[in-house]
Amino acid sequence: MTTTRRDFLTAAVTAAGAAVTPDLAHAHEHDHAHDHDHQVVPSDPALRVKALESLLVEKGLVDRAALDAIVDAYEYKIGPRNGARVVARAWVDPAYKQRLLTNGAAAIAELGYSGPEGEQMMVVQNTPKVHNLVVCTLCSCYPWPVLGLPPVWYKSAPYRSRAVIDPRGLLREFGLHLPDDVELRVWDSTADLRYLVLPERPAGSEGLNEEELAAWVSRDSMIGTAKVVKPAEGVPA
Amino acid sequence: MTTLNEPNSITQPENLSALANLPRDEGGPVFAEPWQAQAFALAVRLSAQGHFTWKEWAAALAGELKGAADRGEPDDGSRYYHHWLAALERLVTEKRLSDPSAMLERKEAWAVAYRRTPHGKPIELSASSTD
Repeated sequence: MTTTRRDFLTAAVTAAGAAVTPDLAHAHEHDHAHDHDHQVVPSDPALRVKALESLLVEKGLVDRAALDAIVDAYEYKIGPRNGARVVARAWVDPAYKQRLLTNGAAAIAELGYSGPEGEQMMVVQNTPKVHNLVVCTLCSCYPWPVLGLPPVWYKSAPYRSRAVIDPRGLLREFGLHLPDDVELRVWDSTADLRYLVLPERPAGSEGLNEEELAAWVSRDSMIGTAKVVKPAEGVPA
Repeated sequence: MTTLNEPNSITQPENLSALANLPRDEGGPVFAEPWQAQAFALAVRLSAQGHFTWKEWAAALAGELKGAADRGEPDDGSRYYHHWLAALERLVTEKRLSDPSAMLERKEAWAVAYRRTPHGKPIELSASSTD
């Protein structure tokens, strides 16, 4: 049975002063909450969200169940595995790959993945001579339906600026050394158009089926900060 | 794999020296705290319900991020959802879904409710504060 985020929060708040979930412990305003007879007052942003949510729910502008469903989906269900399945399908099915490169969003929807930040998708293909890198210089537009929510570094100013100013240096920091004769294309995402990198199928993957291939595809390879490599022995994909 | 920062570690003062570097993570939790997930869901849902377009949302968020950068605030991704929340409050106000005084009043009502509720009891607003 899944505990909803709200149950979890309520339980953690109720338990304040007793055994507190370690994750939430650092959010407490002071260290000696158990000395007081009232409950710990949440942080300023937590109270602001609570205020906003309760006001909007009362007006009927949003409903709680829908909010909880969104949190649950993005936290536990939608992640880079969706994108990995898209990439693996493209590797084994040339007709699918063609559709993917022609109309990304439609081909991705064929596998059942769609939603906000995925309405318009462009899939860009890596080849031995072209490497693609995705960034959002303005904020953090990111193809949620296929990759989940962006990692911290994707949202950071250093990544957002260096992807444009010094992309090769940036890639070296990620451990990816691009030869000089490989063209590097940097794609700046917008609210209207998101990008997904179709990485090269790596050597050593011959004979694998679609599911096995998907397990090789990393999130970073679909952003363009890594190539797909054979998973190390003993490391779970 | 590579050297990694835990997503939360960057918010600790002793790690501020790391701000100049590119923060790294390896698929850690997407939300550091529950309120971030709730703020995320509110924006997604309000847009899905047609209260604003996703383009308007992206512009509001970009505006907050730019404002923070213009003020010289370090931007390492750790305060991302603070900016997200500020953008949400601004857009909700612009679209007249609520207003700043109602939000402030409600926030204080919640703080009062936490302060006066004993351990083990559910937090509830008094009747007067929800009218």
